[in-house]
Amino acid sequence: MQAVQKYNAIMTGNEAVAFGAKLARVGFISAYPITPQTTIVEKLAEMVANREISAHYVEVESEHSAMAAVFASELVGVRSYTATSSHGLLYMHEMLHWTAGQRLPVVMSVVNRALGPPWNIWTEQTDSMNQKETGWLQVYCESNQEALDSILMGYKIAESPDVLLPLMSMEDAFILSHTSEPVILPDQDQVDSFLPPLNLSFRVDLKNPMGYGSYSTPDGPYMELRKDMMDSLRNSRKVISKVTKEFGETFGRNYSGLIEKFMMEDAEYAIIASGTLASTGKYVVSKLRQEGKKVGLIRVRFFRPFPDLEIAEAVTDLKGVGVIDRSTSYGSAGPTALEVRSALYGKSEIPVAAFIAGLGGRDVKVEDFEKMFQYVEQGKTGNFYINVKEAC
Amino acid sequence: MTTIPVANVSSRANHTDSWRIQKPEIHYEKCIRCMICWKFCPDNAIRVETGTSHPSPNERIAKFEVPVIEDDYCKGCGICASECPEKCIDMTLESIQVI
Repeated sequence: MQAVQKYNAIMTGNEAVAFGAKLARVGFISAYPITPQTTIVEKLAEMVANREISAHYVEVESEHSAMAAVFASELVGVRSYTATSSHGLLYMHEMLHWTAGQRLPVVMSVVNRALGPPWNIWTEQTDSMNQKETGWLQVYCESNQEALDSILMGYKIAESPDVLLPLMSMEDAFILSHTSEPVILPDQDQVDSFLPPLNLSFRVDLKNPMGYGSYSTPDGPYMELRKDMMDSLRNSRKVISKVTKEFGETFGRNYSGLIEKFMMEDAEYAIIASGTLASTGKYVVSKLRQEGKKVGLIRVRFFRPFPDLEIAEAVTDLKGVGVIDRSTSYGSAGPTALEVRSALYGKSEIPVAAFIAGLGGRDVKVEDFEKMFQYVEQGKTGNFYINVKEAC
Repeated sequence: MTTIPVANVSSRANHTDSWRIQKPEIHYEKCIRCMICWKFCPDNAIRVETGTSHPSPNERIAKFEVPVIEDDYCKGCGICASECPEKCIDMTLESIQVI
């Protein structure tokens, strides 16, 4: 039976994920400040100081060290957490590969922020899209509630013996991170029944020393270990579905697995988006539906593993689809558009229009979505920048 | 199930002594047991021993712990000899066997 939904708190996205980490009973937190993430680790520092949580809290000298510290703590079997944004995430890049390669189920919050130059602290997903090749699972959130819940689901997915890979959970800068929304803060008992303590089978044991991060020749097992990571990311699809379902049964809040379909039942045209862009998109879809247009929206929740099968199934019979990226891959197209085109290759010949919108936190407005839907209805297939001003 | 990159043996099984050309030799009769060599060794290839009968500068120092080079692991970088404040570590050429 579904529990009664009752808001019991008003909090920003950053406060919500800090409470997510608290409820997940993390035992280790490494912290280095960067706007717009800082208020997450500030809130956690306050909780540690007030002894509301019994985690070991370490202030480090850089984000590279922040990830190195959670690598080490996770390897001794302690559930570990950190958070970052933008340039801080880029500075962690090397250690992201180490954490995934060592199969450590760390969970990290990333507040998506643009990259300089010029300095810009507003939202853009290029920072986390730069990390899609690291072996981390990626989930993009649309609300403060989802940001909190994704920490709880994130640990359960990452720590599954069929996955054992780290997970990063994204919030859009300021639109979620610093904006207050009503949130349902779950009971600790409920969370404890959903998320058991971490039991890492290969943790460091001083009585039985083993080799960690040791050496492999081209003969192996390096390539086999890399294939195993690929297999585990594929297997994580089933785990994500199972954990999402269990979460719904425990807490009464139902998320939709890898993608969320909005008004897609009889849709002829659709737009694919992630994060809070999808919220504006849903509003526009509802508006266009009232005007009699058969449109829908697909929200990409998980970007890694990429929901290629799910998206191909959802759009194969449509007349056209558009993909919005709030990020760029210079010299190519938006990362989501590339993945969608690849997912449809050989399965469907519908036109795919690729849009780049909202870079550096530029608003993507209702009229921008209406224009994008017009392009999709016209069957356009190119790459388009939305709402770029003449030289300014 | 996943495959975890953990080796069933510890790195103790990996002897790296063949990497070196020079080998540190501690002259214990001058060594004041300051442990700076132990602290600076980048490869944990100096162990600390107690209750051993090494020569020492005087009877008081003879009671202290002693730094001992781990022959199987020292790569011969010479940092210990460079850092030693008493200049009592010599780097000597390993004997090279010509086949």
